Amino acid sequence: MRVVKILDVKSENPYVKTIFFKDEICLTAEPGQFIMVWIPGVDEIPLSISSVYEDGSSSVTVAAVGEATKALTSMKPGDLIGVRGPFGRGFRINGGRSLVVGGGTGMAPLMLLINRLIKENSDVTVVNGADTKDKIVFLDRLEDLSKVGKIRVYFTTEDGSYGFRGLTVDLAERIIRSEEVNVLYACGPERMIKRLYCLAKTFSIYMQASLERYMRCAMGICGSCAIGKYRVCKDGPVFMMEELREIEDYLGLVKYNERGEKIPV
Amino acid sequence: MYLLLYVPYGGVMKEIVNLFGAIDLSVRLAGLFMPNPTMLASGILGMSAETLRRVAEAGAGAVVTKSVGLRASSGYPNPTVIQVECGFLNAVGLPNPGIHKFVEEIKALKDLGIPVIVSVFGFSPKEYAEVAGLAADAGASAIELNLSCPHVKGTGAEIGQNPRMVKMTVEAVKGSVSKPVFAKLTPNTSDIVGLAEAAASAGADAVTAINTIRAMAIDVETFRPILANRVGGLSGPAIKPIALRCVYEIYEAVSVPIIGCGGIMGWRDAVEFILAGASAVQIGSAVAFGGLSIFKSINMGLAEYLARKGFRSVSEIVGLAHKK
Repeated sequence: MRVVKILDVKSENPYVKTIFFKDEICLTAEPGQFIMVWIPGVDEIPLSISSVYEDGSSSVTVAAVGEATKALTSMKPGDLIGVRGPFGRGFRINGGRSLVVGGGTGMAPLMLLINRLIKENSDVTVVNGADTKDKIVFLDRLEDLSKVGKIRVYFTTEDGSYGFRGLTVDLAERIIRSEEVNVLYACGPERMIKRLYCLAKTFSIYMQASLERYMRCAMGICGSCAIGKYRVCKDGPVFMMEELREIEDYLGLVKYNERGEKIPV
Repeated sequence: MYLLLYVPYGGVMKEIVNLFGAIDLSVRLAGLFMPNPTMLASGILGMSAETLRRVAEAGAGAVVTKSVGLRASSGYPNPTVIQVECGFLNAVGLPNPGIHKFVEEIKALKDLGIPVIVSVFGFSPKEYAEVAGLAADAGASAIELNLSCPHVKGTGAEIGQNPRMVKMTVEAVKGSVSKPVFAKLTPNTSDIVGLAEAAASAGADAVTAINTIRAMAIDVETFRPILANRVGGLSGPAIKPIALRCVYEIYEAVSVPIIGCGGIMGWRDAVEFILAGASAVQIGSAVAFGGLSIFKSINMGLAEYLARKGFRSVSEIVGLAHKK
């Protein structure tokens, strides 16, 4: 456990904040890897690294949804948090044309991935979805990248308040039908991932998806985050197409809660 | 001793046989047949049938489930597991879905090919017996009594530190199940031998030594204990010499088989425990450091060691360090 000072807190939208801190080991994070963030006296939660910068700072991007995330998003520069990690296996950068699909704060690990793909001169199309315009994460950052021609970006909102009206999956299908896509990278609500997986299967596209489960140790020993025979913390959190196939019966359907009971996703 | 009769996850065993000739790694422990002496320790990956199946495929000789009680429990909030110098500190708090749900996982392991040992806890001898009975009925090969969890009130070490309670608990469980019963002992006592004697006298078929050692970590920046429960149990390389001493002393005092546990990171550690008197060994923290291949690598190293020292089976070296 390394305890670090929060350097900066940036509001991405009314619900989501990006928290910046300096930690040397986090700089080695691969896109898709996560850290355990300790909010002293409250909880410790897994969060994807959303950026790493050359000045030595890194960030996590988090929505205020539960007790721990509410406490974390209300922290100020100078406050202390603990970090462990980075843990797990991240995205594998494949060549070819990439379609990156994120829903809500699922964009966090994808933002780091997009920046890596740009560095590798990949052809990148991004679909970023949310319920409403004010819930879109990284809107400005992605539009800036798109303006300078680094990526193509599409936004979807369920209420049509910004970009395409509808779901990311519907737009992703349209893109897949009309242009060549070699790799599909995804992170977001698991039911979205499940539908994207079905799409990837139908169109024989190689998919990599980052999954989420209740976690404790993050080191592959406690078994809390099991999905089928895999551990999300160690074997994932990013799963490759062939592994997604093996956990099809769980994906978007079943998970274990903190008591180890099977419950619907 | 003669060569293996039974090769459930054949890959490992066949390689060993080809490399080292007639080395027999199999173990008979309290009537259970294990293809090799390595077991998955309780609390590690033991919550679901599918992860336990993966451990079996990785070459373990037996698996022990996560401890299960009568009622579902969430355990403690995080942080529950952290890495410290030379090991891990954990206070997970015995989360489990309750035995009535967990029987489904036990049943799903019917065809595993290696023993499935269900770890149970309770808040009274009667409750231990009730949980053990349900686990045995669901198909557990054996029961391991968690008389040693160091961080939950009213169970584990709070029962297991008292020889009289150990005796009562083992007796109650032996009275309700016909499967072998192991007592997992706590090192958080001045006299672990007395606990082993109490378990053996009550009819335990084996004792497991040791569980984690009560310990803690404090963050100097925030002035706070790091574990949410403040105090937890230490595992890993830091506790190996202590665990080894416990096994050595217990071996001199009781005649039931001993399962060694505590900081076993490789074949050499496993051999040390066997020489001290363990008939089998449990692996926990090493899964985090070395991954699931640890079972295979310990078995390979053990077979090579036995061949090099001119032995043909594991049983020949059990307790050898006691020879005067």
